[in-house]
Amino acid sequence: METRLSGRVWKFGDDISTDHIIAGRYLGSMESNVLAEHAMENVDPNFSKKVKPGDIVVARANFGCGSSREQAPIALKALGISCVIADTFARIFYRNSINIGFPVIECPGLHARVEEGDALTVDLEGGHVVLPSGDRITFLRYPPNILEIVRAGGLVPKVKADLESRGR
Amino acid sequence: MPDQTMAEKILARASGSESVRPGQIVDGQVDLLYMHEMLALAIKPFEEIGVGKVWDPAKCVVTVDHWVPPPNEQIARMHQSIREFCWAQGIERFHDVGDHGIIHQLVVERGYVHPGELVIGCDSHTNMAGAMGAFAAGIGATETAAVLATGKLWLKVPESLRVQVRGTLSRRTGAKDVILKVIQTTGDDGAAYKAVEFHGATIQAFPMNERFVLSNMTTEMGAKAGMLPSDDTTRTYLEEVGAGDAFRPVDSDPNARFLKTYDIDVDGMGPQVACPNNPANVKPIEDVIGTKIDMAFVGSCTNARIQDLRATAEILKGEMIAPRVRMIVTPASQGIYRQAVKEGLAQIFLESGATFTSSTCGPCFGGHMGVLAPKEVCISSTNRNYPGRMGSPEAQVYLASPYTVAASALYGEITDPRGL
Repeated sequence: METRLSGRVWKFGDDISTDHIIAGRYLGSMESNVLAEHAMENVDPNFSKKVKPGDIVVARANFGCGSSREQAPIALKALGISCVIADTFARIFYRNSINIGFPVIECPGLHARVEEGDALTVDLEGGHVVLPSGDRITFLRYPPNILEIVRAGGLVPKVKADLESRGR
Repeated sequence: MPDQTMAEKILARASGSESVRPGQIVDGQVDLLYMHEMLALAIKPFEEIGVGKVWDPAKCVVTVDHWVPPPNEQIARMHQSIREFCWAQGIERFHDVGDHGIIHQLVVERGYVHPGELVIGCDSHTNMAGAMGAFAAGIGATETAAVLATGKLWLKVPESLRVQVRGTLSRRTGAKDVILKVIQTTGDDGAAYKAVEFHGATIQAFPMNERFVLSNMTTEMGAKAGMLPSDDTTRTYLEEVGAGDAFRPVDSDPNARFLKTYDIDVDGMGPQVACPNNPANVKPIEDVIGTKIDMAFVGSCTNARIQDLRATAEILKGEMIAPRVRMIVTPASQGIYRQAVKEGLAQIFLESGATFTSSTCGPCFGGHMGVLAPKEVCISSTNRNYPGRMGSPEAQVYLASPYTVAASALYGEITDPRGL
């Protein structure tokens, strides 16, 4: 997984649910590009057309609440969003994201410090975000067990490596 | 050994430790892994992991529930891939179309969930199984693949919240109204990353079907798990579903540490309704009486058990639903469907003008069999009402008990079932 990310900010509020991120009517699709096309459609129908690769979603509390649908982080990742930074995340969305190698970062207060369109740089391993002003905002780095998954590039390569090192 | 909560006890046992403490990361040995259509998304990562065979097919349960029967070829292919996977892997507890049910209901009514177990399901409402005195949590597709391969899941031992409920409810008011009140109190992320335990006289008096509503909707509090102690009610239920031997008492210790205790007095409380667009936006029914509706839905893992269908029939019997209103009744499993036909409930629904369908999650998540158009207003016995949950993002969804949904269907507007 890329550990230095930069992109423009798209701002969202509290309680962005999985129904906002990818609506139930698209869950029949197993194609990530189809899911990407409809990402965030229930909040902003034109979102997928406006996003550029590398862009960053910044939200307030409880991002990804609701369903366990893994299509939610898959849709954002396939759209080219480089990471989601929120005050807090719902737990299944958080785990799903880490597991598919999509960075999610808890950074309470960042939402209030940025404007839509701001260019941010994120250092995942260093644990900070650089604002357009040059100010640095730090966040808690991943705990060791999550960092291992992030470094492996997701849960599948991590489990595979674990099994191989144990010689099955 | 320190006094422990239910979550701590179950996770200690599942990870082979004497005791665990909140914040600790444990590798839990999974006692039951259950799956629906999300399995189709887990097959590829499972194959990539490369173990070939599922760790223990006897600990897996699979059904199809979100789109049943398949509404299009895309879903038919999804079901086909699931079917072929189960057959190839020797997963015998695969319940295909006709024998299916919404997975959370199916696993309890078939006696697959037992007190003290670590239960993992690939759906957010897996919390429901916690009413059996189990630790039950939801995961996504990639993690399902990892559990299929290894039988293990890492979990951070959660802090626990205690919800203590006392008082006698008003007529035609039940667990749905109680849990809506609780969610209003905590907010829709008030239990994020935490385990919730329900205690108190009101809770103890609830039969299993009502207890399932409580644990089910701890998901709408953001909880990792929602649990009730196992007691004589649990034991009787297990005996009825042919798993009496699996009973064991599970409860928190007297001095277990809870991060917070909510004391909720529901004495005399009437029906509650969660208003658009958040399950925590709860109001007493008096505040929303008269709100016009286009559709009324009784269904989902939350409130479509036989007792919910009986409550619906009690209201509809001999009456017609209001003009310009559609009502859909969808049982939570085919077992419940058969029972509803046998008891004559199906006849009551059909004669009142309601549509009575076979079991599916369909309308609850805006999938099929009753999706909402823009501007439509629905009152629903389901669990979530975020924008677009049941169809158009411009539709509005009110969450309530089956009694309230049925009463509202008769009058075409939100109606207090106690007045009927």
